[in-house]
Amino acid sequence: MKIALFVTCVNDTLFPETGRAVVTVLERLGHEVVFPAGQTCCGQMHLNSGYPERALAMVSAFTGVFEPYDVIVAPSGSCAATVREWHARLAARAGRDDLAARAAELAPRVHELSELLVDVLGVTDVGAAFPHRVAYHPTCHSLRTLRLGDRPLRLLREVRGLDLADLPDASECCGFGGTFALKNGDVSAAMCADKVAAVKSTGAEVLCAADNSCLMHVGGALARQRAGVRVAHLAEILAGTGEGSPA
Amino acid sequence: MSMPTYLGMPPFPDAAREAVADTRLRRNLARATGTIRERRAAAVAELADWDELRECAKQIKDHTLGHLGHYLRMLEERVTAAGGVVHWARDAAEANAIVTRLVRETGETEVVKVKSMATQEIGLNEALAEAGIAAVETDLAELIVQLGDDRPSHLLVPAIHRNRAEIREIFRRAMPSAPADLTDDPAALAEAARRHLRARFLAARVAVSGANFAVAETGTVLVVESEGNGRMCLTLPETLITVMGIEKVLPTARDLEVFLQVLPRSSTAERMNPYTSAWTGVTPGDGPRAFHLVLLDNGRTATLADAVGRQALRCIRCSACLNVCPVYARAGGHAYGSPYPGPIGAILSPQLRGLGSDVDASLPFASSLCGACYEVCPVAIDIPEVLVHLRGKAPKKPSERLAMGLAGAALASPRRLAAAQFAAGRSRRAVRRLRAPRAWTDTRDVPVPPAQSFRAWWKANRDRT
Repeated sequence: MKIALFVTCVNDTLFPETGRAVVTVLERLGHEVVFPAGQTCCGQMHLNSGYPERALAMVSAFTGVFEPYDVIVAPSGSCAATVREWHARLAARAGRDDLAARAAELAPRVHELSELLVDVLGVTDVGAAFPHRVAYHPTCHSLRTLRLGDRPLRLLREVRGLDLADLPDASECCGFGGTFALKNGDVSAAMCADKVAAVKSTGAEVLCAADNSCLMHVGGALARQRAGVRVAHLAEILAGTGEGSPA
Repeated sequence: MSMPTYLGMPPFPDAAREAVADTRLRRNLARATGTIRERRAAAVAELADWDELRECAKQIKDHTLGHLGHYLRMLEERVTAAGGVVHWARDAAEANAIVTRLVRETGETEVVKVKSMATQEIGLNEALAEAGIAAVETDLAELIVQLGDDRPSHLLVPAIHRNRAEIREIFRRAMPSAPADLTDDPAALAEAARRHLRARFLAARVAVSGANFAVAETGTVLVVESEGNGRMCLTLPETLITVMGIEKVLPTARDLEVFLQVLPRSSTAERMNPYTSAWTGVTPGDGPRAFHLVLLDNGRTATLADAVGRQALRCIRCSACLNVCPVYARAGGHAYGSPYPGPIGAILSPQLRGLGSDVDASLPFASSLCGACYEVCPVAIDIPEVLVHLRGKAPKKPSERLAMGLAGAALASPRRLAAAQFAAGRSRRAVRRLRAPRAWTDTRDVPVPPAQSFRAWWKANRDRT
């Protein structure tokens, strides 16, 4: 199957290893990955920060770039959620009915990574090995907007050598929230402190999630505390072969 | 909307900073919200048709809001026909003036009050005090707040920020009838409050209440509560004055079937609330001889005019959103600078009052947009959607506009984004030191930009074009 990768601006710029891991996993499963070079951003940051007109320009660009593809994957729950839940709505509110119709038509073809693997490709065993104790944090937009449910866990359970830990209060927000982490730094840090405590209580070596932005937040606090827990995007664990560092 | 007690409140992040550092508050809130959160989940899980009930509740409210003028006129007609008097108040000042005049006409200088959000919203107690009229709160938690010269911090549990030991101190200080050897045993505290309030109920000749619902077709007004103190106020005095937001009206009595299920399960996690009082005008020989209904706008019509924001008017003040909110649990209710705290407050206050003050302009940003509030809301208010909508309208600092403009320009073109990534990759460590604001670096390390972006890697390794 030909799969277009929407790597997302955060992964592209700060976490390219996640994009490479998606390519590794999908190619290992025998699929062709393409990277439309015109892509930039889904517009989430501007939308959620109160700049809908700037976000709308990105909706328009995204739609133009990805319209030609039947299957699109994004290794980010919140970016996939922005495309699926917001793009058509934003366009409609701006009176851009044509763009709204195109965005609505495109939306169901955009999948978060675990959705693509489990629902579209019908696999849970992607042939990975990752011999570490791992806790999974279901990020808010993965959990409550996309409703990924146990898809990521089903994928992780099939990874050889992986010891999956139960994360207490897993559904509680880590406190990132984009610019919330800056505008409300104190509340954000308080939320993060509780998430870090929950992660540490599991004895996990690695914290996994489907969003690098949340992992950047919790991982930044874990690193600051020299907690001895690192973070890894779901794609990187699924790309793991058990030898050296994944991807 | 004027709100005397909340004038000059600091922006949310400043107030929250203090609350986050208040260890006792954090502990009280975490315990209280954690307990009620689990109980609500269990109460909701009992109903197989919860999703349908929620959808019904939403649709009934939307229908009513879409025909609000019609149903309000019907309500006025039926209440009047049943011997009540209906008053219309454009804003807080008008509502306060009406209630003050009505109390003065009775010659009384003390009124008993049923717990009411609408009267908190308009600052009625303060307005009455200025006119020499004492308003006595009779809801136990509201009494604790009043005696403590404090502000409520939760819709349903106004004294949620207080623990038993603090309540005992407040009673000993401000309740003359409290026994000298009062302990912090809940039963002893409740008994002290009961004795204090019983004397007020028996003496009171005027009561002021809010309303949970009003049925347009019958002219019936309802108050639901747990303690029975509300029923005392609604039945013993000669005059009853009810202040009700105009969005509380429902078309028919049948609609109550839905709301009397979703409200108690969402708020107190009960199948049914202990006391549901309903009255239609006045009934000779039974209850108050005079009934006044004050219909309050105070920003509601303006809110109704906003196609996205108007869903906030569906709110039935259950407080389920507060109890699941990770921000509320850490910042507490006072940081929201309004009687409406938590996620619903963050979308209600800036709409009812406008975005003019520091605190109101900061409220749409007082959320990580985690969506837990929307998930539990019994009338399906998409609170994150309204927050995002209000963020678009909120005033922003020029420095932020500039930064977001630059980011927007970089993200609007793949060439510009690639150039920015290249520059960041070439000056990795320097970029890390330069760009990270303290709000982030105080508690978190910053990722070092990679030497090679994904798109650069793809171009070098996979690009077949």
